[in-house]
Amino acid sequence: MATTTPPQDQTRPADKRAPGRLGNVIFKGISTTSGVMILVTLAAVAIFLLYRAWPALVANASAFEEVNFIGGNLWEWVAPLIFGTVLASVIALVVAVPLSIGIALFISHYAPRRLAQLLGYMIDLLAAIPSVIVGLWGSSWLMPLLDPVFTWLTNTLGFIPLFADYTPPARNITTGGLVLAIMIVPIITATIREVFLQTPRLHEEASLALGSTRWEMIRQAVLPFGRSGIISASMLGLGRALGETMAILLILSPGYSINLNLLEAGQHNTIAANIALHFPESSGIAVDALIASGLILFALTFGVNLLARWIINRRAEFSGAN
Amino acid sequence: MSVAAPPVPTRTHRRLPGWAPYVVLAGSVALTAALLLALGSLDIAPLFFVGAIVYAVAITAVSTVIEGRRWATDRLATTLVTFAFLLALIPLISLLVKVVGDGAGRFSWEFLTTDMVGIFGSMVEGGVAHAIVGTIYVTGIAGLISVPLGIFTAIYLVEYGSGPIKRGITLLVDVMTGIPSIVAGLFAYTLFLVIFGPAYKSALIGGIALAVLMTPYVIRSAEEMLKLVPNELREASYALGVPKWLTIVKVVLRTAVAGITSGVMIATARVIGETAPLLVTVGTTQAMNWDAFDGRIETLPVYVFRQYAQGGPAADRAWAAALTLLLIVMALNLVGRLVSKFFSPKGGR
Repeated sequence: MATTTPPQDQTRPADKRAPGRLGNVIFKGISTTSGVMILVTLAAVAIFLLYRAWPALVANASAFEEVNFIGGNLWEWVAPLIFGTVLASVIALVVAVPLSIGIALFISHYAPRRLAQLLGYMIDLLAAIPSVIVGLWGSSWLMPLLDPVFTWLTNTLGFIPLFADYTPPARNITTGGLVLAIMIVPIITATIREVFLQTPRLHEEASLALGSTRWEMIRQAVLPFGRSGIISASMLGLGRALGETMAILLILSPGYSINLNLLEAGQHNTIAANIALHFPESSGIAVDALIASGLILFALTFGVNLLARWIINRRAEFSGAN
Repeated sequence: MSVAAPPVPTRTHRRLPGWAPYVVLAGSVALTAALLLALGSLDIAPLFFVGAIVYAVAITAVSTVIEGRRWATDRLATTLVTFAFLLALIPLISLLVKVVGDGAGRFSWEFLTTDMVGIFGSMVEGGVAHAIVGTIYVTGIAGLISVPLGIFTAIYLVEYGSGPIKRGITLLVDVMTGIPSIVAGLFAYTLFLVIFGPAYKSALIGGIALAVLMTPYVIRSAEEMLKLVPNELREASYALGVPKWLTIVKVVLRTAVAGITSGVMIATARVIGETAPLLVTVGTTQAMNWDAFDGRIETLPVYVFRQYAQGGPAADRAWAAALTLLLIVMALNLVGRLVSKFFSPKGGR
């Protein structure tokens, strides 16, 4: 014990004379502060939203009477919006996930190596296009294209409530969901592609050596290995779809009902699009209510993203890829 | 000495020759085209979709007969995977064609250099000069905040951080990339409302909103780049007696500068097209506003949205502005990728 103390005492003055000590302290301080700023920012987002949303959260139905777009109390008003948000995102996921798995497989296992990188860039390019432009494209190019398909659906399968009552133009939740799907395909594809590329080479070769076809190899080696990656990628896509605003705002004709009439216009709306629609012209308690719905959206996406990242990180420890 | 005869395979699967899929594809397309012509009109979209289905059925059937069920499944999977990829390219290509096609009409030097003062009704004049200035202000402010903050956070994560705090920040940065843009807008709005009162409106509010969205992108890309810097470089620098902070500035950041630059450009391209947060913070205006710290300001994405919602001749302006925005985003992306391609250090991965 006595012998270990003196060397410590000697290093202290040596440290003080070390070149750049002040610089080190300042630089480390700035870096650490920046890191902590991230935590502070996230906390601030939650706190400021909560602070402004509080009056609406505790108000009763009569407080909203003068606001024309809110009927009943806050929760009655928000419930259809949450439903619409989730419905649009689920439609988007149902379309985007199988498509993304296909694209990721094509890039990772089917396309020639040299071509694969270029193809990856092309899909990434889709992610770079601003959502307002995707919305413009959706409402002017995609909607007329979907019109005959929806007409056919409602004529032949209209007896199922799901497909009933379609009237053009296609300003319904399905079109919105399809456009969301196009917007989340790049993020899902990118994540799945990374996981597929990490499949142990030996697993794949072992499968092929047993005489498997390429598809059998993918089913035996690639898909089981990538399962958690596919799940977390889908959740990342879900998080993105839940918060997407402009595409929905430009396409959907809004409504406040809870039903599954996927092809009928004027039935659903999403939280984000609803905020963008009403916020600029609102004042007083209406603003508070919109911010409260934003807070709910924040909590929803935060939870989904946290879960997705948690799955990815848990997996990363085992893969040996890091 | 008799040598045992090699075992004769009892059953040999014949494989389809390499050209067979193309023949089947040509046949399917021809059949679909004939079918569609008989039914009425020949259009590119039904031809693509029906043709793909016909091809998938045909190749699977041919393959089942000649090659057996296993190889037929393989061919079907190949077809579906390729089809998924082509399907994803349709929106991309049609979007680019649509924006360029509809935007080129009104797009001109005059469009880029005039604002919307005195433009109303069915007038076809007017331009985006004020929106370009606003976009530069708002994105510039976002960059001024998020680039230093992002790079220093990345430095903390790679060079200093350890343990649960580092893991926590990494996780939250990842989660932060998923914050809905409209929530970021609401945050900036409430922040300024609480601190400065309701009267204050400026590009600064929009800049703060975009900074919330941009920072995680900058952190992620800068962190990746700093991790790529080989440890030997740091150790060599320490061995020469260079203090840690100077090592980071002169060695680590110098090595990673190309990657960080490209990351910042791509992050800028990401946020420059954000509409929702600007819609709820800076609003919209017809006139040029040269002051970033006072008054409402127009931005390109909001301009696109407002003009499109108006319809009529304004929709043409919306498409031309969309083309302008797309050109800016694509240029930033392209330059970002080229910078990282040509100036990054080789090796290390």
